[in-house]
Amino acid sequence: MAIEGVDIVKAAAFLGAGISMGLGAIGPGVGEGMAAAKACEAIGRNPQEAGLLTRTMLVGQAVSESTGIYSLVVALLLLFVV
Amino acid sequence: MTLDIEIGVKIATFVGAGISMGMGAIGAAIGEGYTAAAANSALSRNPDNAGDILKNMLVGQAVAESAAIFSLVIAMLLLFSSTPNPQPITIWAYLAAGLCMGFGAIGSGVGSGFPAASACEGMARQPAAGRRLTTSMLVGSAVCQTTSIYALVIALILMFFDFTKQPFGPTWAALMGAGLSTGIAAIGPAIGEGKVAGACCEGIARNPSSAGPITNLMLLGQAVSETTGIYGLLISFILLFKGFAATPDLAPAFGLVSAGLCMGLGAIGPGIGEGLAASSAVSWLGRNAEAQPILIRSMLVGQAVSESTGIYSFVVALVLIFVM
Repeated sequence: MAIEGVDIVKAAAFLGAGISMGLGAIGPGVGEGMAAAKACEAIGRNPQEAGLLTRTMLVGQAVSESTGIYSLVVALLLLFVV
Repeated sequence: MTLDIEIGVKIATFVGAGISMGMGAIGAAIGEGYTAAAANSALSRNPDNAGDILKNMLVGQAVAESAAIFSLVIAMLLLFSSTPNPQPITIWAYLAAGLCMGFGAIGSGVGSGFPAASACEGMARQPAAGRRLTTSMLVGSAVCQTTSIYALVIALILMFFDFTKQPFGPTWAALMGAGLSTGIAAIGPAIGEGKVAGACCEGIARNPSSAGPITNLMLLGQAVSETTGIYGLLISFILLFKGFAATPDLAPAFGLVSAGLCMGLGAIGPGIGEGLAASSAVSWLGRNAEAQPILIRSMLVGQAVSESTGIYSFVVALVLIFVM
């Protein structure tokens, strides 16, 4: 079987997409969990401020999510565009 | 040529057994060491309760050890079971089985150490709640073991299911992807669940009267942490049993390996993150029982956001399998 250049390029793009999304998901998952952990702690200490704390948690998590979305975009680019 | 394949299969069993036992030994040893350290610090605080603390330490360590025992079983099976019909695909199946069990045992070993350590420290603080602490420790660490059991199941399927009828073309990659998906995905949820179980034992020691709600919240938090591990198992089952059309091309095969790698790695972060969120909610439920509804709500919202990257990985893995 002759291995063609196009085949290898496509194989590498698939592998890259998987690695990009897989590794890229680790950081946001842990980071957002830390934000949620601290928010739960703060709400346990002061339940009256639950609304404000939840809002702050969600804003912080949204920022933390961004790198996960970059990974998703790069993975989709590798799969469908390159 | 038959001789070559037989030698290849032998090499695969040796390498697979080494990977399985070598990596599988990491987690259990860390978890047990952490437990022993906590037991020592608990003994120094309350030497009168030495008998109970020591007993609890040994029971907790035994549970943490079980993941390493699964690895030992797979390694022994790889070394000593005979292969009736050695084919090139068998080499890949044995390698994938070793990788799956090796990665899969890390998280459960580390995770089971957290509840055992917290239970030992709790016994020094609250000797009267000892029985309750041991029960919660066992429930919590049993949940931690589930992902390593998934890895054991996938490793056994890889070793004993007959894949020789399927085309070698993409099947070697599907088997490799299946092993990597469940194996690597087992790490995160098990560590996260261990954190939750540890917080549960700590909370019961602080406030034994609310042991019921604390244990319930622990189980809820652990169930959410488990989800990404289940995605990994699901991707493995799809890769094992979908049945792929024969192709000599490299690209579809790499897509399947990549799907397994993507789901496996992508499950680590959300598993740990959701565990951290739940452990904090559980530990504050022990301090402030009135805040239970708002704590459950914030925990679930936080975990849902943390889950998102795991879902992205799941979607990319499914695209790699079904669309590419």
